[in-house]
Order: sequence, then C-alpha cells, then structure tokens
Amino acid sequence: MPEIAVTAATATDEERNAVADSVLLQNPGQISFEAAGPALTFDGDRVARGGQERIFNRRHLLLPVLHDVRDAIGWLSEGAINEISTTLQVPPAEVYGVASFYELFTFEAPSAPDALHVCDDTACRIKGANELKGELSADGHNVHGSPCLGLCEQAPAVFVQRTGEAHVSVRSATKESVEAALGGAMTNPVAPVPQSSEDLTLLRRVHDAAAVDYDGYVATGGYEALAKAVAMSPAEVVTHVGNAGLTGRGGAAFPTGFKWSAVAGEPGPRHLVINADESEPGTFKDRVIMEHDPYSLIEAMTIGGYAMGAEQGWIYIRGEYPEATRQLKSAIAEARSKGMLGDNVGGHNFRFDIELRLGAGAYICGEETALLNSIEGYRGEPRNKPPFPTTHGLFGQPTAINNVETMVNVNQIMLLGGDEYAAIGTEKSTGTKLFCLSGHVANPGVYEVTYGATLREVIDLAGGATGNLKSILMGGAAGSFISTDMLDVPLTIEDSRENGFSLGSGVVMLLNDTVDYDDFVARIAQFFREESCGQCVPCRVGTVRQGESLLRIREKGAPIETERKMLDDFAMVMKDSSICGLGHTASGAILSAIDLGLIGGQP
Amino acid sequence: MWGSNAREAHPIFFHHALAGVRNGAKMIAVDPRRSQTAKFADLWMGLNVGTDIALANGVGKYILDNNLQNDEFIAHSTQNIDEYRESIEEWTLARTSEVTGLPEYAIAELAETYATAESAQICWTLGITEHHTGAENVMALCNLSLLTGHVGRYGSGLVPVRGQNNVQGGGDMGALPNKLTGFQDVANDEIRAKFEAAWDCTIPATPGKHLTLMFEAMEKGELTTVFCIGENPADSEADINHARALLTGLDMLVVQDIFLTRTAELADVVLPASAGWAEAEGTVTNSERRVQRVRKALDPPGDAKDDLEIINMIAERMQPGWGNPSPEEMWDELRTVSPMHTGMSWERLEDEGGLQWPCPTLDHPGTLYLHGWLWEDDLGGREPAPFTVNVWRPHVDELNDDYPLLMTTGRVLDSYNTGVQSDGYNSPIRSGEALDMSPTDAERLGLATGDRAEVSSRRATIEMSIRVQPDLPEGLCFTTYHFADTTDTNQLTIEAWDKKSGTAEFKATAINVKPLVAA
Amino acid sequence: MTFVDIPVEIRSKVTVSVDGEAVEVLEGDTILDACTKAGKITPTVCYGPTVTPVNACRVCVVELEGARTLVPSCSRPAEEGMVVKTDTERVTNNRKMVLEFLATSSDVSQSEEIQGWLGEYGADLDRYDPATTERMTDEVKIEDDLYIRAYDRCVLCYKCVEACGEDAQWTFAIAMSGRGFNNRISTEFDVTLPDSACVYCGNCVAVCPTNALQFKTEFDLRKMGDWRPEDQTVTRTVCSYCGVGCNLDLHVQDNSIVKVDSPMDHSITSGNLCVKGRFGYQYVQNRPAE
Repeated sequence: MPEIAVTAATATDEERNAVADSVLLQNPGQISFEAAGPALTFDGDRVARGGQERIFNRRHLLLPVLHDVRDAIGWLSEGAINEISTTLQVPPAEVYGVASFYELFTFEAPSAPDALHVCDDTACRIKGANELKGELSADGHNVHGSPCLGLCEQAPAVFVQRTGEAHVSVRSATKESVEAALGGAMTNPVAPVPQSSEDLTLLRRVHDAAAVDYDGYVATGGYEALAKAVAMSPAEVVTHVGNAGLTGRGGAAFPTGFKWSAVAGEPGPRHLVINADESEPGTFKDRVIMEHDPYSLIEAMTIGGYAMGAEQGWIYIRGEYPEATRQLKSAIAEARSKGMLGDNVGGHNFRFDIELRLGAGAYICGEETALLNSIEGYRGEPRNKPPFPTTHGLFGQPTAINNVETMVNVNQIMLLGGDEYAAIGTEKSTGTKLFCLSGHVANPGVYEVTYGATLREVIDLAGGATGNLKSILMGGAAGSFISTDMLDVPLTIEDSRENGFSLGSGVVMLLNDTVDYDDFVARIAQFFREESCGQCVPCRVGTVRQGESLLRIREKGAPIETERKMLDDFAMVMKDSSICGLGHTASGAILSAIDLGLIGGQP
Repeated sequence: MWGSNAREAHPIFFHHALAGVRNGAKMIAVDPRRSQTAKFADLWMGLNVGTDIALANGVGKYILDNNLQNDEFIAHSTQNIDEYRESIEEWTLARTSEVTGLPEYAIAELAETYATAESAQICWTLGITEHHTGAENVMALCNLSLLTGHVGRYGSGLVPVRGQNNVQGGGDMGALPNKLTGFQDVANDEIRAKFEAAWDCTIPATPGKHLTLMFEAMEKGELTTVFCIGENPADSEADINHARALLTGLDMLVVQDIFLTRTAELADVVLPASAGWAEAEGTVTNSERRVQRVRKALDPPGDAKDDLEIINMIAERMQPGWGNPSPEEMWDELRTVSPMHTGMSWERLEDEGGLQWPCPTLDHPGTLYLHGWLWEDDLGGREPAPFTVNVWRPHVDELNDDYPLLMTTGRVLDSYNTGVQSDGYNSPIRSGEALDMSPTDAERLGLATGDRAEVSSRRATIEMSIRVQPDLPEGLCFTTYHFADTTDTNQLTIEAWDKKSGTAEFKATAINVKPLVAA
Repeated sequence: MTFVDIPVEIRSKVTVSVDGEAVEVLEGDTILDACTKAGKITPTVCYGPTVTPVNACRVCVVELEGARTLVPSCSRPAEEGMVVKTDTERVTNNRKMVLEFLATSSDVSQSEEIQGWLGEYGADLDRYDPATTERMTDEVKIEDDLYIRAYDRCVLCYKCVEACGEDAQWTFAIAMSGRGFNNRISTEFDVTLPDSACVYCGNCVAVCPTNALQFKTEFDLRKMGDWRPEDQTVTRTVCSYCGVGCNLDLHVQDNSIVKVDSPMDHSITSGNLCVKGRFGYQYVQNRPAE
C-alpha cells in the first residue's frame, strides 16, 4: 500500500480503543488466515513489516471493525475512519467507500445514541408502520425508515441499533415497546410457526426451547446426521445430496448437488458460505431456523465441510437479526468447546470451523457474489459471472454458497438417504418447503409443507385470508403479484414457473382490497431504487426511472400507454443487461401489478 | 529496492514494480528513510547512512554460510569467489548488525529472501551512488547477484534507475571523459583510428576530466575556460559556495541553457537554447537503454535555438564547420561509428516506439536485458565475471557533539533537481523546502513542524523550516535541493567524492540544528 | 548451463461465430476482441485497454447463444464454439436503453463518441419528462490549477478509480462511495483533492470517457469558448523529468501546450504519467509578456 495518507482528523481515545480491540479480537473461528493485528508493525525505528500480503490477509476485517466501532461509538467519525484506515492499511477513501455502502453506518453524530430502524416496507406498511414511525419521530427519537426487517409475521417491526449495548428487534412494535427496548428490554422470540411439531420436519425443533442448547439439540437427535455422513466417504455424501434433488431455497433453485460436486472437484482451500442475509421483503423463514434451531445449521454446515473438503465455513447474517446472531454466536462457541468445530471435528479426523459475519444493511449482499465481496471487506457489489464462485469464490478460492433453509435440508438427506428424500414432494421439487405467510392472513408465520401443496392449501393452513383477498405477492419484491385465480396452482418450482410466477424465497403475502396499491407498489419501486448497488447502468438508472414512471402515473395522471411502453423498455434492459438478479427482477412486481389492474387504472 | 525512492523519483518505473507486487512479488526496501517506496515493502530495513557495503557483505556472508549460493553459476560464470569469501569474513550477522543498525533477523531475512527467490532484482538509484564509496557500493550489490545467479536472466538482474531523461543517452553519445560514442574506449588505438577516419580529425588518446575533476582543475588554475551546456553546477554541486567561487574565477564561462540559471548568471556569454524535449528534434535514451525520438511541438521563445543548431553554428565559426545537418542525418552518421546503434534506423525508431541497444543490425529486435552471456556455455567468449572486494568505509563527514545529526538529500514527487523546470507549475502537493526530522530529535530540540531553525554543517549555516517526519529514524534528517532560491541546501553538503565515478557524497552531511526563536 | 530465456506465453486459438462469421482469436481474448476482429464497431464506455474491466456500463452487450441474459462483450472471454450476435433487435434495443439511461442521468455532451452512438442507436431522450427525471446535478469541483472534477458529467464507469488504484497508480485517493443512484466517485468524506491522498498524476483524467475529469487548461479554455481541438496539433515526445522515458503526447493550441497524455499502447507508460510528466510542462511556456 502507499502511505496511508489520512486527513488531519484524529480518533478519540474511545475510537482508538474500539479499533484496537476489534482488530485484536476478530477471528475466533478463523483457520485460513494468520492471526489478526494491525497490518503494519514496527520494530524500533529501523524495521517495518507490511506489504500487500499482510494487508490482503486483513482486509476482510474491515466490515467487522466498522461494526465494532459503530456499536461502541454510535457512528463513524472522520477520525475513526482514519484510525481504521491506518490500522488495516486500507486507504481512507476505500474505507469510506465501503462504509457508505451500508445503511447501518452513519457519518454524522446522531441526535440520539440509539437508532431506531422502523420497517416501513410491504408487510409492515399495511400494519401501521408509517403511523408508528410518525409517533416515534414526534417523540424526538433517532428514527430511520427501513426496508423489510424480516419480521413480517409480527408487523410492525423495529430494529433498535443501540450504542454500547446489545441490539434488539422489537416485534409487533408499539411506541411503548420500542421505548422499553431503548431502556434495555430484550426480545425473547417465540417461534412464529403455528403448525405443531408432528407436522414439521425441518422445523421440528422450533417449539422445543431446549434445542437452542447443545445438550438439548443432541437430545433431540442432533448430530445424528453428521454421524451418518462421516460413516460415508465425502464423495458419497455429495452423491446423496445430488440424488436427493435438493435445490436452492433462496430463490434461484439451483441444484445443490451440482454445486457441491463442482466445489469438491476444485483444488483447495475451499469455503462453504451460508447466505443468511435474508432480506427479500416478506421473508423470515431463515431467521426462525437460526433463532430456534441454530445447531441444525451448524451440523448441516459441518456435513457440507466434510463432503466438500472445505475447512472454513462462513455464515453471513444480515445485521438486522440481533436475536438470531446471538443464538448462532453462542451455538458456534459451544459447538467449538464441545469439539464439534475445530481441528478435529467430533474426533472424525477433519477440520471445520465457522466464522460468523454480519451484514450492515444492504439487500444486495444477499446476491451471492456481492456477499463474497462484502465478507472480503469490499463494497457489496456483485461480480461478473463467469467465473462462478464454485471456482473463483471467496478470496478467489472455490466456494459453495447455500441458503440457510437449503442447508438444513442436508441433515434430512443424511438421515433419510438421498433417494428416500427424493421421494418426498414432486419429481422436480423434492422435499419440504418453508413458506412465509404475512399480510392479510389469519395466522401469519412460517409454514412447512411438502412440495406439491397448492397455494390455497397453504393459505388454509394459516387460517385463510382476512378481509377480501385481492392479490398475493409471491416471492417478495423480486417476485410478482398474482390474482386469486392462481389459488389452486401447486407450489412447486415447475408449476409456479408454468404459471408465470416464481416461488422465490417462499414469500406468500396476502393483500386484501383495503390495500392502497399505488402506495404499496411505489414502496417496492423505492425499495429497488434504494437497494440497487448502482454498479451497472441498467439497474442504477432503471430502478430510478421506473419509480419516476409510477410517480407520473400516480400523481401526474400520465397516460398509462406511454408509461407502460417506457416501463417495458426499462424492464427489458434491466432484465437483459444488468449484472445480477436484483436488476433482473426489479420490474417484475411492478409490471404484474399493472397487468392485474392493481395500479394504473386498467388491466 | 536498495537506496531508491522510485515511488517519487521514478513513478512510472515503479508502476511496473507494483504490477509485480500485484502478481505476488515480495518487495524489500533498504533505505535509511521509510520512504514512500519503502511503505509498499513487505520489509523495510532502515540501515545507517553509508553502510551499504557492510550490509551487502553481511548478506553475502550469510548466503555463503548457509549455503544458499548458486554454486553451478559461480563455478561456470564467475571468478575470484575465494578472494571475495575471504574479504567478507568479518561481516558476521553480529558485526553487520552493529554497523548497519539493523536487527540480525532482518539481515538474515533479506539474504534468504533474495537468495531463494526464483528470480530477483536489485534496483537502486542515488542512495547507492551518491556516496564517496559510490562505485564500490554498486560493486558490492553486483557481488550478491553473482553469488545467486540473479543476473542475465529474464526477470532477474541489477537495475540502476537513471535520474535524468537522457543521462544514459549522454553516455551513449560519448559524453564521458574516457569513452567515444557507443561506449568505445578512447584509449584504444584501433577505435580512435576509426573515429579519426570518420571525423577527419585527431582525437587525444588521454581521457578527459569529469565534472568533479574539472572543479579540481579550476582550483589548481589548470582549467580556465568552461563551456557548460544544460547543467547548473552553481546550484547542484556539493559545497556550493566553493563551487560558485571557482566558476566566478574562470577566465571565460559560456553557458548554454534554456534559462538564466544561477550558473548562467555567472557566465561571460549565455547562449539561449530551446527545450530539447518539446522544442527540438532528436533522440534520448532511457534507463532501459531504449532510444526514443523527441519531437518539436512548440516554437522556442525569442532567439532561443536548438542545442544542435548552436553547436553547428559554433563549429561554423571555428571553420571549416560541418554545415547544418538535420538530426536524422546526424543520427545516421552516428550509426556508422557506433555498432550498438547500427540497426536503429530513424524509421525503426519512429515505427517501433524506440529500440533498446545493442541493436547491431536492421533485423535485430533490440536487447531486453544485458549479461545473458553469463549463462551461455562458452560465456560468449568472454572472461568470467569477477567478484570484487569492497571495503566498508564510513561516510566522510563525521558526526560529533558539534555536528550530531546526519542530513541526507533526495527528491520529492512533484519536483526535480534544482527546481528550474518543476518550479514552473503550481503543484497542489508542493510543501516547499524544509528539513525533515524524526519526532525524537524534534522533541529533544524543542522543535515542531513549521518552526524555523539554523542548520549548520562544517561548511556553512543556513536557515530552514522544520518538518517533523515520523518516517525518519532518530539522528537522521532529510531535505531536497529543489528550492535553491529559498533554501540553498547545497551550501551544507560535502565535496567529498567518489574517485571512480566522480559523484559527490550528497547523502551524508553532518549537521547541527539550532531552533530560531521568533523575533 | 541452463539458459533461461524470456518465457513465451503460448495461447491457443479459439473460434467464435460473430453474426454468422467465424472469427479466430487467442485464448484469453474477449468477445469484444472477436467482434472488433469481425469488423463490428461495439460501443464501450467503461471499457479501457489499460484498466481491468468492471463492465458497469453494459453498453457493449451482445447476445450469446445459451445465455439467458445478454453478456458484456468487453469482459467475457471468448470460448471455442461461442455463437455471438451483435446485430439483433434485442442487442440494439438494450444498447439504446443503456445510452438513454446514460444521457438522461449525466451530461454526456462532451463525449463525441456517446453523442454519436445516441444517434446511431436511435435513443429517444425527448420522452423523458425533465421535471420528473432525476439527473446528477453535482457542482463542478475546482480545487487547484491542474484539473477539475465535474461529476454532473460522471457516468460512474469506475475507470478513474481503477487507474488511481491497482491498475496503475496505487494511490487510492478516490473510491466509489454511497449506493445506487447516490453513488459518487469520492475521496473519504468528500474532502478536497489537496486534502486527500491524491498525487496529481492525472491518470484518472486520462481514462475519463465523458470529460467529467478535465485538465484545468481545457476547462478554462472551454469556459472562454476558446477550446479548439481542430486547431490543435498532437506531438509525441519523451518526458524531460527522470530517466524512465515516458512518451508524452503534447496537445498544442496556439503554440501552447494545453493538454498532455501518453499513448495507452506504449509499454513504458500504458497511458500513465506522474505529476511532473503530465503537468510539469509549464516551464517551457511561462514566457515573458510580449
């Protein structure tokens, strides 16, 4: 690195300590890198050790350090950025460039130390979020509007980002409960899974409070899947996953077995990365698994590590999931202390450990290559593919990236065997699927059904719609609105595709006729505008232009025909020419809303 | 990078080094200062000023003691290894550490990294040469490349980076006291005869004087008339007051320059010249021996004339003259007497973006690196390369209680030499002349950045601003000589010079710093 | 003795079909290289021969058989048997839209190339209602005598960031900051360039495709209405500072150097210079007033 030339602003002692502590304390779960510490060290005034390799080996500490400093101080001052910059030898313009990418970091002294991120996104919006935001602002709190917080079943939701204290998410929030959280009240989550344990497979432990502890997990059959896995060769494990027909549950439905065998076939070191950046509006299933059955994820990852010969596992969890983060953190530590993570996992002669990383408010980091960049300490901008992560992933090394729900299915595959697992569901959609029901529904929550159940059956499981059901938002903001004509479509990958929609991340948001669709759809457009990383022109500009078009329709009475032509052009270029899935899907919900006549006055 | 702050002095060369770093190359920086270059290094070693021979010999001994040398190469391509081995016997890690001020592990690490690398280069600039042992410093580094075989191969070698755009070209053209064009020895009768035939004149067989010897000759009254072209010794010489007195005392001083420099001010006759790089046609040769065309983009101001034209006119007055040949015609004449340039036609120089000598024939592609013969079975018919014996001698200007600090000089990024050219533009990053000083020394002297101080050497006393600079080890100060108009740094420097190269010891001046109390 | 000579890189050949024509390129070449070889003129904005492609602009997209979306030709390596189409309506429409997006969000009036493509691809800028179409409206930053930054002209192509960073200069004075439409090329906290790590090499200016980064001399002349490219000569010579031998292209108007750049295809500079080479020319024209 060149001389790290920083501005004259210096860090306060508190900031300096926060940086120093953070840099030294990182990496309990690291086995692929040398120990942490500053990137530049001196021996007297005659010898200095630095260089690109040391800097490269520490760059991935940037996001954790930014978090630690923000959490200790409440914001990131110029002095703090300078201190981080010199400690990690990352130029200040880059530190600022990375930090300013994320919603959860601010660069001016806040009006109050604790920030309130009030979800005003889709599901919360129809449950009084704007009113709550108004009340909290009126009381002089430090309020920010937030995209979906993944608490749609308990809307409205608030993420309380505290300073010097643990963060809290407030569910079914009221002004009073938010203020209690500011005073230190913690949330004790209850699994929003109305089905009973007998009807559940992946979620079978969520009602068992003891399962969040190691002993409780083991007592309910925990680590039996790992035992089955290590009795096989790694290649056999991969074969089972392939035979099971498991597909990615994050939205893309890519066959997991393909991915795993590709990674296993590449020269090491290899990584297994879990995408727990669950940010698709209306999605909260992964949160429920992590909050109530964290070991199932750890066990499944361990199996994956064994199968692919990946020694390093990573969980990238969104920063707005404080309770899930705490559960995972303690579960990883306990698993490590029990010898179930580390140099010799469970005495089975293989190494595997897990590093937990927090996002900082960026939907795009759910895109797998953006997620990798984020872990590496860069802006969460998607990479061009090819090359794919299976060959050039984290730190340029072969990497499998799986979603949380996808991953925990691996336990099930080990317990049943691949072929047996494949017998569940339909031919092309095997296993069970989690759906996130929210909006105008009697019992919002996560539902686990065998692939093949119709939309109507799933809604019925949740007690049916409330009010006069008008449309359903399937797959979240990146999905599309469908009409009630579709209620008898089986919710499989193939049937949904055939009917012109996507299951995506399993969002089933019910919307009755009280919804102000103009406002609702405008919020979706705003979501994409705010969450586009801005790297590629089609998405950076297209997400803005489509919002402007909606505004002209809504507020200026612009003729729908003209605007529709423009919206179609915007959609085309975003879909065809954007770098990543965000741009590809940013227009789907909007166009479907027009097609269904939900906005724009005519079908 | 040994004694080179290429990041500032040769930024585009350093881009290439950084491309290597990006590809995983390791960089070790040996420099008393933790320079901008050293900041990129995996390891910076801040040796004591003027202890390069000690360090090189110590590294050599470590390589031999630990059997890291390339025995096959030494046996085939070199000679005098035993003498060399004996001469560095005293340079144990302990002794090397004592003299250089570096920890033993760092010396060992440098030796191991260099010796075990698949390919390795040693790059240096004036940090090696501007010492009274400048030539021996270079030879000591050459020994290391011979020990390890890191020479004469693609990716390996010895890289002295030239400080001026045509210092190499000047040598190519024979502007050396003992060489004719194309580095052909003036003492060689056969070669002299060739030139005499071509030029129709008699060439003295005795070498001339280099700049430092010329000043000695002026001092002795043996040199009374000087024709000075494009050089500003009245600002750039060490112990400048002495140099100025000698120039003033000449019978006749003619200065040909693009500016009325300090030297020109002392002249009897000033010949205004055009700027060679933008107002004239010709060639220059860069550090990698690449001959490239310079071209006229601007009309020179006033009566200023192209250097070549001025010389042609002088020749004309001296009768019979040689007319006013074009640069291309002159170049073609050069190609007939300098074999290394023969293949470089004017057209090829235009079309191929420059050519690296030697380039003996029109179909020769030019030479990417030298000394490949070391790896040939018959050594290309040459003698094996000799190891040399280099004895460390401390810098001349001794430190004592009266002059307790050592001052070294160098360039900064946006400025150049005596500032004649670089003062012409408003650089936003120019911070002006100052004496850089370590925080420890500054604190001891009660000085802070911006304070004024009186800086004395055994030769002069000047006033300077102080800048506290954490990249300097205790006891070392640094300054430039870019701002001679405001701060005449070279009044302080010592005239001690290297007998082989004629280079003065700009890098080591003993000084004393006294804070000036604001009036 | 084993004589180790210059390693010769052996690259095999691959054949790509471009609009039905078989084109042979070397392994590692891009689809863009193949298109160029096939005589296709491909618009590019963020592509530069000396910087790592970020392929952010997407104006160079082509249809690749078997790919769901269009692919950026500037960065996608050519592979044996690829079937590429550049003359389809889909390609044309996408390029047209990218150009419309560029021209409605930034001032691209000083890019002759982009102006040309806007016409060629039939971009319809009139359909964007100015009152409801957000643009980059940043004020020009004039912080020194060497160059200016007019970010209302910036198309966020990343080239300046790359040139300031690992592709050439390793100074990292600027980076992309913010997110989405609020992205800006910026120093830390948007401090001025003199307060930043900038060393004024001007290598960012050299790669800027829209004149968002401009020599102050050019900016001043344009302001006075006296910037006359048609009256300028460009002369290649060698820098007078240091012994590296950087090639300079001197742009001269009225016997004054008004701009300096360096050839992108010369092995010494790859288009890059240092502050002295790019700006240190002034001494030859600080002439006494006549």
